[in-house]
Amino acid sequence: MNEQGRPARVGGGALVTRGVDEAGVPDYHAPMIENPPPPIVGTAHPRLDGYEKTSGRAKYVDDLTFPGMIYGRTVRSTVARGRIRSIQTSAAAADSGFTVVDYRDIPAVNVISLIEDDQPCLVEREIRHMAEPVLLLAHADREKLYGAEVVTDVEESPAILNYEVSDVELKRLTISRGDVDAALAAADVIVEGEYRTGHQEQLYIEPNGVIAVPENGGVTIYGSLQCPFYVMRALRVLLGLPDDKLRVVQAATGGGFGGKEEYPSMLASHAALLALKSGRPVKMIYDRGEDMLATTKRHPFRVRHRTGVSRDGTIVALDVDILVDGGAYTTLTPVVLSRGALHCGGPYRCDNVRVQGRAMMTNTPPNGAFRGFGAPQTLFAIEAHMERIADALGMDSVALREHNALRPGDTTITGGTIGPDGSALEVLREAVTRSDYHAKRAQWRGTNRGIGLALFFHGAGFTGDGERKLASRAAIETTATGVRILAGTVEIGQGSHTTHAQIVAETLGLPFDRIAVEHPDTDNVPNSGPTVASRTCMVVGRILQRCSTDLLERLSGMDPADHFKQHGPTRVEQEYEAPLGLHFDEVNYVGDAYGTYAWACDIAEVEIDRDTFEVRPVHFTAVQEIGRAINPVMVRGQIEGGTAQGLGYALLEDVIMRDGGMANNSMTNYIVPTTLDTPTMDVVIMERPYRHGPMGAKGLGELPIDGPAPAVINAIRHLGIELNELPATPERIMEAVCSSE
Amino acid sequence: MKTPISPLELVRPESFEHALRLFAGTPSLTPIAGCTDVYVGLNFGTLKAQSFIDLWGLPELVGIEVVDDVLRFGGLTTHSELVASAEVQEWLPMLAAACREIGGVQIQNRGTLAGNIANGSPAGDTLPVLAVAEAVLVLAHQDGERRVPFNEFYTGYRATVLRPGELIRAIEVPRVDGKQWFRKVGTRAAQAISKIVIAGVRGPQPRIAVGSVAPTVVRLRQTETALAAGASDDDVVAAMMAEIKPIDDIRSTAEYRKTVAANLLRRFLAETA
Amino acid sequence: MQLRVNGADYDVTSHPMTRLLDVLREDLRLTGTKEGCGEGECGACTVLVEGEPVCSCLVPVAQVEGAAITTIEGIDEDHPLLRAFVDHGGAQCGICTPGMILAALDIEPDASLDEIRVRLAGNICRCTGYEAIYRAIRDA
Repeated sequence: MNEQGRPARVGGGALVTRGVDEAGVPDYHAPMIENPPPPIVGTAHPRLDGYEKTSGRAKYVDDLTFPGMIYGRTVRSTVARGRIRSIQTSAAAADSGFTVVDYRDIPAVNVISLIEDDQPCLVEREIRHMAEPVLLLAHADREKLYGAEVVTDVEESPAILNYEVSDVELKRLTISRGDVDAALAAADVIVEGEYRTGHQEQLYIEPNGVIAVPENGGVTIYGSLQCPFYVMRALRVLLGLPDDKLRVVQAATGGGFGGKEEYPSMLASHAALLALKSGRPVKMIYDRGEDMLATTKRHPFRVRHRTGVSRDGTIVALDVDILVDGGAYTTLTPVVLSRGALHCGGPYRCDNVRVQGRAMMTNTPPNGAFRGFGAPQTLFAIEAHMERIADALGMDSVALREHNALRPGDTTITGGTIGPDGSALEVLREAVTRSDYHAKRAQWRGTNRGIGLALFFHGAGFTGDGERKLASRAAIETTATGVRILAGTVEIGQGSHTTHAQIVAETLGLPFDRIAVEHPDTDNVPNSGPTVASRTCMVVGRILQRCSTDLLERLSGMDPADHFKQHGPTRVEQEYEAPLGLHFDEVNYVGDAYGTYAWACDIAEVEIDRDTFEVRPVHFTAVQEIGRAINPVMVRGQIEGGTAQGLGYALLEDVIMRDGGMANNSMTNYIVPTTLDTPTMDVVIMERPYRHGPMGAKGLGELPIDGPAPAVINAIRHLGIELNELPATPERIMEAVCSSE
Repeated sequence: MKTPISPLELVRPESFEHALRLFAGTPSLTPIAGCTDVYVGLNFGTLKAQSFIDLWGLPELVGIEVVDDVLRFGGLTTHSELVASAEVQEWLPMLAAACREIGGVQIQNRGTLAGNIANGSPAGDTLPVLAVAEAVLVLAHQDGERRVPFNEFYTGYRATVLRPGELIRAIEVPRVDGKQWFRKVGTRAAQAISKIVIAGVRGPQPRIAVGSVAPTVVRLRQTETALAAGASDDDVVAAMMAEIKPIDDIRSTAEYRKTVAANLLRRFLAETA
Repeated sequence: MQLRVNGADYDVTSHPMTRLLDVLREDLRLTGTKEGCGEGECGACTVLVEGEPVCSCLVPVAQVEGAAITTIEGIDEDHPLLRAFVDHGGAQCGICTPGMILAALDIEPDASLDEIRVRLAGNICRCTGYEAIYRAIRDA
């Protein structure tokens, strides 16, 4: 282990710097045992599913088959809004091999149960968006299945496609603190700005897919998914079946990024209906075009800032108006708006705050979860806005950020308190020094190179009281060889199984290879909540750490395998415990919205071709403080991968909507970064342990996608081009250049 | 895959002569080779063709050679082979540059020069190069061969002078006199479709061609004439603006294409002066 | 028709226009080859034909009759590149990994970063940002 505060090279070159909390003692201890094994936490254990994946043996849902399996197809609306007069399927009527399902086949309630329960599983009469599921077909022969003609007679009606003119509100919230109007009136300078972000497609390389198998008087779902228990809940409500008739098993999942948070509930519902009606296993795998057309995307945001500052750079008033495109149904939009609003002030102090947020309905496919969950949109806005404030004051923007950055003990926009692990200044200073930011800023002015910075934070775990309400559970159990972890969160590439095993191994003082991880199967694992919100390591890992401490006591010094041989399996299950004193008023938005935050500073170096207006990221510095790197290789992977996605969001990824549907729904025309579009990256992992995280760990998964877009936009601003909208495509850059000439 | 496979027909000739015979007998067949475009269409269910004739692997269509001061490529020469060829590097480096920017390695290994030509996409990356190189296409038919200048090959959007039963056997390029220049502006740095693609030769007879700005690749004759006559850069650019008619599509805008075409023309003029 | 995959011979009765990808996955049950897009953009379906990477979603099976085809199942699990991918985090969700490994198989560990990037430009990874993949190749 390193000496405190001294940087050390680990994980193939990422720099880890370590600090301790204010009490001077990290909030983690290995158990007291003789001849302690080498530390497990903090080392780069190879991922548990590594060889399965590199050898091609890992089974993703499309790799599975079942005896008698047939294939399912979704018939979708081709208009954004309308009323179905009739549906006819003559081909299906003529061939008894077809199974046809419409809303009348739903045994209980025609709804995909989530927050508001307003989204039907299948349209009855009213079509509310393009590509909405209307009818389901299944057949053993895929050519017949896709060849079957379905004639839908629809009375089309005018659709609301622009959220800025929509008058149907899905959710509204207000954050209010201090006296904004008085502070604005007294401010030396008021800086205004409007910022826009578009849709972003998750573009996991494995499209959505499930298999539903009728068995045991109910149905089992095998699927590519993030949240097995969300699917359980959706099926329970839709089918009216008790939990013991329902089972959800995660297949190896080829990326999620939020795109397999809520959508698999819809897809699993469809497959389950076909399986129950046909009595046969039904496989439904979307092709890329259907996946992009029909499934969720990141919410477009319009964020307006009116900021009062005093001459010395102090932000005295923050007035923010947030407008969100929710799409046709509520789905997760209220929570996305909430997280967006809670991050909209950036990692800065301000005592007078007014945030008004509204999410509007449009007749477009519902927008949904995507890594960052509202925060990338509002952090883009505030971090682009900070450059304008700096310019308005004639101040260096790093100095402006330093002056206002949240420090331990400071108050957030909702009146919460920043804990001792608050690291805004540390990440900022490290990134600025490391990248030689100021020198490059001066040298490159007027050239074709630009450098830009973003300082940001990300609240870890569910917002507000969410974790308390989830009351997640996880367990460990002795086995003949050691211990098995039982958790309902899933491995989707982030390395959570490996990370959990490291936490448990270290707490128990066992070698890493004596920890097994049970496959997420709702029959075998407790509900540990969804695999979202950067919570799997911090929240579920913490529960597992507590289980391990508890088991240690029960074993009273005995090896778990020996204990198993004498007593059979011993299982310890624990429920989430909220940190003492953590409270949030979800109605008035007052209190600690998150237990803690991870902190980061990104610096983008870009190059422009002034003839073609192409901007390419050349080098990227990411300094990210995440409490404790349980596995530095996984951590670095999250930071580099999230950064690349964020760079796509910044420069390339443009969802083009026409008539309420995605027009460029192919990988040829929706552009994500290739090797040649991704810069070299200098990653620094900083550690300031969080008292309530396992071994000090905080949430990490989403943090890295928050910074690249504002860092890039600020680098482009350094080139003399001001943009307020994502993505910064060459076409938009050209418009900005031409309009300023 | 949206297109049902079972109704499709694939005819597999044993030789090029056999292919010509079969094709002449059934001109409705669609020739396929590297399939990098065909299967995209089949996957999306947008390709109407049902019957195909497979040219892949016919030895008569392979190879790069220099014959009598003419560089000759068999129609099935892949982009990878073009990139790796010493003759191409020496004679026609702009073609190697264009092929290097077509898709990734996987596509370059399968995509062929004749395929790029026959597919006739206005965004085809090799097409402006062939236009300014004044390539000649050797078109073969059961009844005989003819040579058609590349610049007379297209008659409209994905429409060509190919007659029923006729195949592109080879591409011939005479020695190019002057500095060669190529620039593709794609939707990203790799695996990208051109938003604009331009090739130029600066020699005694300047030549310039642009893709993705009209229904076919465009050879800019008026622009070349202006340049040869010593017109100012502004006048040369003005001539170009009269010769291209870009449109808005899901990859870019007409305005962007116009502006960037002009900028790249100026860059060509500056870099090859 | 006869197919030679990973050194073994298979009798295949598929329609000649069937995608090589589908023959591998459905007829031969070699499911390590993945479909990400069906349009030759993502590279997840990459296999080697006579040692050269191609997108198996764009190849009619008739065209590879008799050719030597290598899929991820044909790569020894002890291959240094597989080990390096695991050690360096070159695989996260793993769906692009078989195609990525096949595309990277011939890249020399001392290849320049530019060369590695060009060779892998046809393989999209949405998890890693590619950096861990470069480290794996250089350490293999």
